[in-house]
Amino acid sequence: MTSLFSIHTVRFIVLLLLQVWVLSHVNFLGYINPYLYILFIALYPIKNNRMLFILLSFLLGLFIDMFLDSGGMHAAAAVTIAFIRPAALKFSFGAIYEHQAVKFGNTDFGQRLSYLTILTIIHHFVLFSLDFFNFSKIILILKNTLFSSIFTIILCVLVTIIFSRNEKK
Amino acid sequence: MQQIVNFILRNKTFLLFALLLFISVMLTIQSHSYHKSRFINSANFLSGGFYNTSNSVSSYFGLKEQNNLLQEENNTLKSILFNSNNKLNNAYIDTTTFSKKYKFTPAKVIRNTYATSNNILLVNRGKKDSIKQDFGVITSKGILGIIESTSSKYATVLSILNTTSRISAQLKKTDHFGSLSWNTASPSEIQLTEIPKIAPVQKGDTIITSGRSAIFPKGVPIGVVSNFKLDNAENYYEINVKLFNDMTNIEHVYIIENKDSEAINNLLNATND
Repeated sequence: MTSLFSIHTVRFIVLLLLQVWVLSHVNFLGYINPYLYILFIALYPIKNNRMLFILLSFLLGLFIDMFLDSGGMHAAAAVTIAFIRPAALKFSFGAIYEHQAVKFGNTDFGQRLSYLTILTIIHHFVLFSLDFFNFSKIILILKNTLFSSIFTIILCVLVTIIFSRNEKK
Repeated sequence: MQQIVNFILRNKTFLLFALLLFISVMLTIQSHSYHKSRFINSANFLSGGFYNTSNSVSSYFGLKEQNNLLQEENNTLKSILFNSNNKLNNAYIDTTTFSKKYKFTPAKVIRNTYATSNNILLVNRGKKDSIKQDFGVITSKGILGIIESTSSKYATVLSILNTTSRISAQLKKTDHFGSLSWNTASPSEIQLTEIPKIAPVQKGDTIITSGRSAIFPKGVPIGVVSNFKLDNAENYYEINVKLFNDMTNIEHVYIIENKDSEAINNLLNATND
């Protein structure tokens, strides 16, 4: 339990620093940035205290907001995907999730991809809606959501592959 | 009563989610309204210290370029100084006797953003250097923004590249004035609106600050007219202004305090009431 706890603490801090130091300054093609920190929310253990999990996601978003001076939009987006995560898990992993036996290392690549895609797209849509805060800019919101999502998903998949521990059972 | 408690216990996750979402959306709305300093900002000791440390490393990469910029500015100032007739008497220049309307404080930008729709910069001066909200910030080439929130050692600057920012500006050759805003399209161009149709606008005209607000002195350069058209009602011009500043490469800035601003604002408020 302590090792699990420390892994998530380290992941929280590393992803936060990586986001504010490097990834928010990528500005690919002028405006496309990946938001890798949602990996903390995606990889949080499934058997958890849901209240604590939502609170932690909110804190992570709030810290990102503090560093990036973005009001509360990251906090709102993070808390949203933390809340809808069980639904996304159920949709992507189906029966395995019902038995509470999902291990990210052992799941199908396609299932993992669909899970990350759902979370990323919802997160980015909420984020950019609050960023532009203007319904007449819906095209711009959708465009930003699409391109940033592609970037984020590729990076998330790469990071999960690189840092996956090969647990042969 | 029992049922209310049961309801809360049953839906506690959803209620927590709704509460947190409400808080974050309120913070977002607050950050979108002009002239309310945001509650969560990067001027605190944690993120300010973090950016200060990382800037102390990254500032080395642009050293040569920044030195050239500073030398260019020195060159301009020297040529003004030695070509003017009224020679300054150096014996009188010190901080105690040098009472002027505008007080300048040099500062360094430790975090610059230009890619989002609401860009905020962070500078390494704060309340300790008597920096307060609504002080103007300029670079050697032109206008940069307005101080928003301050902590003891750092301050955030509302960049002109921000959709909530409004700054009064005018044509250099005449006194027709309008207000500057940004349409998020490009970090090198901002928009000047509310210039009346009667004004003789030409491509290449210089735009300067108007000095109508108590924030900036009159005549701080902003940019040149790159193109213009009449708005839908055909009463005012919408002008695209190409900035003198390269907003993506900013390090040394000056914070301007207008010592009369309190008196001016009091007077304006008294007249408006």
